[in-house]
Amino acid sequence: MSDLAIRVENLGKRFTIGASQERYKTLRDSLSNAAGAPVRLARSIFQHNHDNQSSESTIWALRDVTFDVHQGEVLGIIGRNGAGKSTLLKILSRVTEPSEGYAEIHGRVGSLLEVGTGFHQELTGRENIFLNGAILGMKASEIERKFDEIVAFSEVEQFIDTPVKRYSSGMYLRLAFAVAAHLEPEILVVDEVLAVGDAEFQRKCMGKMSDVAQEGRTVLFVSHNMSAILRLTEETLVLEAGHLVHRSATPDAIDHYMSMGYSEESERTWRAEEIPAAAAPFRPIAMRVRDLKGRVMDTFRSVEPLTIEVEYSLEAPITGLRVGIYLLTMRGEYVFTSFDTDQAEQYERFGARPAGHYVSRCVVPANFLNEGRYVLAMNASTFRIKRYFQDEHAMAFTVDGTGAPGKHWAESRMGPVRPRLNWEIITV
Amino acid sequence: MSRTDALSKKTLSLPPIILRPTRGWATLNLRDLWLYRELIYFLTWRDIKVRYKQTLLGAAWAVLQPVMTMVIFTFFFSSLAKISTGNIPYPIFAYTGLLPWGLFSKAISDAGHSLVMNRSMITKVYFPRLVIPMGSVLGGVVDFAIAFAVLIILMIYYHFKRIGGFQFNLTPAIWTLPLFLLLALITALGIGLWLSAINVIYRDAGYIIPTLTQFWLFLTPIAYPASMISPKWRLVYALNPMAGVVEGFRWALLGQGDAPGPMVAVSTMIALIILISGLFYFRRMERSFADEI
Repeated sequence: MSDLAIRVENLGKRFTIGASQERYKTLRDSLSNAAGAPVRLARSIFQHNHDNQSSESTIWALRDVTFDVHQGEVLGIIGRNGAGKSTLLKILSRVTEPSEGYAEIHGRVGSLLEVGTGFHQELTGRENIFLNGAILGMKASEIERKFDEIVAFSEVEQFIDTPVKRYSSGMYLRLAFAVAAHLEPEILVVDEVLAVGDAEFQRKCMGKMSDVAQEGRTVLFVSHNMSAILRLTEETLVLEAGHLVHRSATPDAIDHYMSMGYSEESERTWRAEEIPAAAAPFRPIAMRVRDLKGRVMDTFRSVEPLTIEVEYSLEAPITGLRVGIYLLTMRGEYVFTSFDTDQAEQYERFGARPAGHYVSRCVVPANFLNEGRYVLAMNASTFRIKRYFQDEHAMAFTVDGTGAPGKHWAESRMGPVRPRLNWEIITV
Repeated sequence: MSRTDALSKKTLSLPPIILRPTRGWATLNLRDLWLYRELIYFLTWRDIKVRYKQTLLGAAWAVLQPVMTMVIFTFFFSSLAKISTGNIPYPIFAYTGLLPWGLFSKAISDAGHSLVMNRSMITKVYFPRLVIPMGSVLGGVVDFAIAFAVLIILMIYYHFKRIGGFQFNLTPAIWTLPLFLLLALITALGIGLWLSAINVIYRDAGYIIPTLTQFWLFLTPIAYPASMISPKWRLVYALNPMAGVVEGFRWALLGQGDAPGPMVAVSTMIALIILISGLFYFRRMERSFADEI
């Protein structure tokens, strides 16, 4: 195939477990290991790698991934947290090396793994455009040529000679994205950059992205935003636990992804290996949905209330903890977000939550959801301080519309909610 | 459609990039480094630009640091310890040594911390990682130039005051000065590469730097002349590449005595060994930087 842009064969990446908890080693560890054997110390400095699996356990963040991308294709990549999406992009953009397998890339790769990389707070907008452009691999002449265009796109003209530390977060973001968006690589790798900024800015970013796609460039696009994936990509890969499990036209891939692993009844339990070390002292145990009679079910009637509960334990007290849910449609649109301490009096009472075993429970009223299948996501965090745990696709359940308002017409109703509204009809 | 064609033509002209696991020693890949030469320039420029931001005295620090050390050295080594520096006034003697030393010590400290400081770049974008310590080392050159201007003022002052019979006479040896500057940069880059790469995995390297610099300062003929070392040990002494640099600097600037040829030769050799081994070590460790940092 002459028009191949990327070819990936049996690609794999291995990490050492514990690397996330203990970010770096101290020489002392090596010294104590090497006590009386300076040779081993020298070796540890020279041959620091993860090949000694015997002593350290390793996990595969990515394994046996094989696929081709043709030039001009816009390919989506979806999967849960930790499925290996970011690792794959990091390998393809040459940030990190694969542990096994092979990849072949035809053309210059530009990565938008995070906008604003290398931005310096003390430098002005103008200076940062040049610096960031150079980091992203642009030539100074190329940046000069596109400078006006970049500034116009970012809408920060008046502040272009102000240090970026005085920028609002929105301005900062717009400038950063503007530089990155004016890269002209043959292959563009994008990770979740559209998840930030206000609606207007996001619309602009999406527009820029589809321009890039229409110019015949190859784009790999990772996102949790299913509607963005649907709009921008033709084909999508689904990753699950480091493996490529599905590839098809985007709508099918999203359906596959959303229904993945939800065949069991409506209860989700978290195994120890699914909980990152960073979640401590929060430990999620289970999430379930109960019907009016308290039974754990998979399908619920829209005319009856349902109860969503999250079971968890705290190994140590957490101040300001909030445990909450996101309800999403199968297409990934949010229906609502709610936290257990949203009510002021609840927040007062549970502001500091001691260690212990808890259930946080809420009732979704009757005549609220439309018929269809819904996804529940879970989040445990302290506002603006720390996100302990998040599972974007914890579980799914189905709502049956029997007896719902308007059911006597055999049609499907638009929108995720189906409220029973009191209509009044008066003759005037 | 025509745009797509143009793109594919451009793409096909480039050889594909092959990604696969590598192990053992890596090639230096100087071609990639050349492609990213502008980034070295921009990183150097950023370091210079932000260095004295939000300081009261600004670039005056580039002068104050060596001048204050010179004053302290003059007091302890000249007034108290009575170290003899011939007919060269001690302040000038010390300052000519402190100039390349300041460049060197700042460069190894900045370069040593450079990778960890630029962690976000390393984990997000590809570029030859060598540009980071290189930019840090070159960032010190501007400070050096400022401090150098002070030396000229100092020399003129002593020349006209005739203190201690000092006479400032330029000799052709001055033309070798850029070579000694280069030797200082080579040494600093070599050490900086080692320290920065080790620091990614073992943060101890960062803590060692101040101690290392202090110790090294006294192994270098800055406060005292190299002639205090007995001649039979002088070549061993020159295994410290900074000894050759400082001796060379003094000779080039003050034009007194014989050229420190053998010492400089030994120092140059060691500096090159440190640089080349540093480059290969850095390239070898580079592949794990993004995962380890």
